[in-house]
Formats: sequence, structure tokens, C-alpha cells
Amino acid sequence: MTTPNNELRVKASGVDIAGLRKSYGSNEVLKGIDLTVKPGEVVCLIGPSGSGKSTLLRCVNLLEKPNGGTIHVAGFETTDPEVNLDKMRQNVGMVFQQFNLFPHLTVLENCTVAQLKVLKRSKPDAEKTARENLERVGLGDFGGRYPDQLSGGQQQRVAIARALSMEPTLMLFDEPTSALDPETVGEVLSIMKNLAKSGMTMLVVTHEMSFAKEVADRVVFMDGGVVVEEGKAAEVIGNPQQPRTQDFLRRVLDPTHVDI
Amino acid sequence: MAMTTSQRARMSKTIQIGIFVIAIVAVIAAVDWDKTAYAFFSFDQLGPMFPDMILIGLKNTIFYTIISFAFGLVLGLILALMKMASFAPYRWFATAFIEFFRGIPAILVLLAFGFGLPQAFGTNWPQPVNVMFALGLVSSAYIAETLRAGLQAVPKGQTEAARSLGMPAWRAMVTIVIPQAFKIVLPPMTNEIILLTKDTSLAFILGASLAQYEMTKFGRDGISSLDAGITPLVVAGLFYLVITIPLSLVARKLESRSTRTKR
Repeated sequence: MTTPNNELRVKASGVDIAGLRKSYGSNEVLKGIDLTVKPGEVVCLIGPSGSGKSTLLRCVNLLEKPNGGTIHVAGFETTDPEVNLDKMRQNVGMVFQQFNLFPHLTVLENCTVAQLKVLKRSKPDAEKTARENLERVGLGDFGGRYPDQLSGGQQQRVAIARALSMEPTLMLFDEPTSALDPETVGEVLSIMKNLAKSGMTMLVVTHEMSFAKEVADRVVFMDGGVVVEEGKAAEVIGNPQQPRTQDFLRRVLDPTHVDI
Repeated sequence: MAMTTSQRARMSKTIQIGIFVIAIVAVIAAVDWDKTAYAFFSFDQLGPMFPDMILIGLKNTIFYTIISFAFGLVLGLILALMKMASFAPYRWFATAFIEFFRGIPAILVLLAFGFGLPQAFGTNWPQPVNVMFALGLVSSAYIAETLRAGLQAVPKGQTEAARSLGMPAWRAMVTIVIPQAFKIVLPPMTNEIILLTKDTSLAFILGASLAQYEMTKFGRDGISSLDAGITPLVVAGLFYLVITIPLSLVARKLESRSTRTKR
């Protein structure tokens, strides 16, 4: 693994969510969420599965359509029916739990396809940007490979490079390490840590409490479709005030000592 | 006396080989070889069929297959997208269209184009156009179902990843989903082309000038004009295999090449 480049600084934008509601049929998943992420801030969303944190993240770039409330992101009001979603999404990178690399394209093509087709960059420019970002995630030599020739950790790093190649001002991470073998989790987290240091605005759904504690400026604990507790990472994780947060963290941090 | 499993297996194998040999011997003994040779293998009488059989017949069979498939593919893709559309009337139309043309014999559609349409609308299209529309319509019904299954087999995460990179829906479809679906639909699509190749043999029903004959028409004419039994049809059959077997081989090659990039 080559040394990731920490020198790159990014333009950052923030997120402003107010009164966000989302239902699937009669099942209300988000019950009025208010959340602000300032430019350059790293916010981790934690909480039990089914708490709505992934849905919240997917609402930010409108992969899920909210039923109510407003979202401002990267200078766009995404909940405005008139908004140009494609333009907005060019500024918002997303990394998925299952990587979702394009299996029919090489690693380099995965990182250039949207630059070429969406941003209309020239091929040399797109490849240069893609190479820089592959370099940044330590996969500079892997451009000619196909996704199925890489480990899970490498695929997720490519997915990060693919998103960064669009030069977003905000990155969304949806449980980026949950589908990884334990020994490859570290390499992805360290890339994300470097990205955070470079000043990128990041909204991260994660179960990695040590990552949240170390990297996040703020941690938001969600349960049952509402924000239960939020604050500085060290406070929410180290000294939670709400019983539900305390209960969740006890189970996550020390899984062998659960009272059944 | 009880037999072990392996003894029983050997016994069963011996009996099967025995039955097979007896059957072959019985057929050889029963057949009148002179008549059979006349009916099926009078190759020396076929001189007059050539070179038209190849220069016109083989050429037209391939030509009809290609234009029908091209039309069927375009129409099939439109139908597949309609079947997946959120606007319900599109889905109803596509479903009705597919069920109709999949459910009636191709020869009826050919007759409708050759004789019905000219009566109803005064159309006077050349035979290749009628064949293209008729066989294309029928194959589009099958192709639509194949394409729909292929498109839906591409994981939803692929579209989401493409859209999250700022691609509009059509771009995600063209650049990300369709190329992956292509690999999935390759085997059933090969089937479809082979079926279509054989269905072009129905074109004779519309009548045609010599320049529009395909291989089966040459075969049928050969039966009446030559003293060679049905050997002209045997030859036509062999030439169909000359088209379809290489098609299968090419498809298999494409398929094995694409498995490298499977998920």
C-alpha cells in the first residue's frame, strides 16, 4: 500500500436537515429529524439497526424520497421538487455498504465513467483525477484490474476513490465497513480518517465506535426514527446521558456482557 | 442370489448396451437402403440448385434473420422498458402485446402482413419488409421478456451508485445497467436468434421473386424440379446448421469471456 496523500485539501459544504419525515406505507421510519453538519465537519450516525440512520443518509442525496421536511445540501434544497437532482449529486459523494462498484468496468474506468459522462471531462483529465484518487486510497497500481479481482477492503477503497473523483464537497458513508472481513476494516477506516483530516465534510453511518470516537467531531445517536442524543464524540460515546444510548453502547462496546 | 451394488450397476449397463445394439441392428435390417439413399442422399442430382442455393438462399436467410432481429430487438427493448414503467397503461399495453404475439403462430402474423394489410390498407411492401415486420413483431415479444428479466437481474445498487454519481436515469441505464444485462441475456438471446433463423423458412408462404427466395424455398422447389427425393431439403437443413452452430459457438465464447467480470 502506497502512502495516502494527506496534502489534498477539499472544498467543503454542509448539510441542513429540518423536520425530516419518511414512511414506508404505514411504517414511519423517520419521525421528524433535525440535523446540521457544518462544512468540514465529520458527523457519525450511530444506533441500532432499524433506527432509520441509513434511511436518513439516503434521504440526503434523495436516493429515498422524504415525505416531509427540508434538506439543504451543497447549496441545493434537495426537497424542492424543482431541484436538479443530478447536479446536486455531482457534489455529494456516496459510499455504500456493498461497494456497488461497476463489475463490467476496470478500477480506473469505475473512477472515470461519471467524470466522462456527467462532468464531460476529457479522457486525459478524467484519468489524471482518477489516478490521483486511486493513489490517495493506496491503489495507484490497481487501475487495470476488475472489481472481482480485489478484496472487499480494496473494493471499498476504490468506491471511495470513485466518489472522490467527482470532487464532491460532501461525502456520505453508509456502513462502509459492515460488509468487510475484519482484517480489511482498518484500511478503509484509515482512508476515511485521512479524508476527514483533509477537511472533507463527512456524514457516516457506522458501527465502528472507536472510529467515531477518534474521528468524528460529533456523534448522533438515533433510535426509533428520532435523534435521541447528540454531541461531541467523546461525550456521547464516553459518557452518554440518555438511558437508550447507554443501553445501546453497553451492548455494542461489550457484547459478551449483556444481561439477557 | 443377492448382488452387490456394483454388480447390479454392471449388469444394468450390460443390458442397456445390449438393447441399444439390438435396436440399431433392427433398424439397419429393416431399412431399404436404396430407397433411403435416393430419398435423402441423392447429392449427385443437386447440381442445378447451385450456386443459387448459397448466393441467393443462404444470403436471404441471413438477411431476413438480421433485419427481423434488429427490428425485434428495438421493439423488444421498448416493450421491456414499458413493462417496467411506473405508468400503468404502458405496462398493460406491453403485457397485452407480448401475450398476443407470443401466443399466436408466426405463420399467421406473416399471412396478416402478406395478405391482410394489403387488403385493409392498400400497402404494397416488398416481401423482405413484410418478413421483417412479421417475424420482428413475434420475436420482439420473446425478446422483451428476456430483456426485462436481464435488466431486473442487475442489482439495484448498481443504479443507485450510478445515480449517486450524478448520472441521469437514462445514462445509468445505458452505461451501467444495459451492459451488465447484456451478459445475462446473451444465452437466451442466442436461442432467440436461432429460432428466428429457422422461422425465416416461413417466408415462402408470401410468395416471392427468385431474388427473394430463402433456403427452404430452394429446398421445396428442388423436390419438384429435381429427381432427388427430399435431398434438396436435407441440404437446406445442413445449411441452417452452417448458420446456427457457429452462432452458438460465438455466443459461448462471448459468455466465457464475460464470466471473468461477473460479480
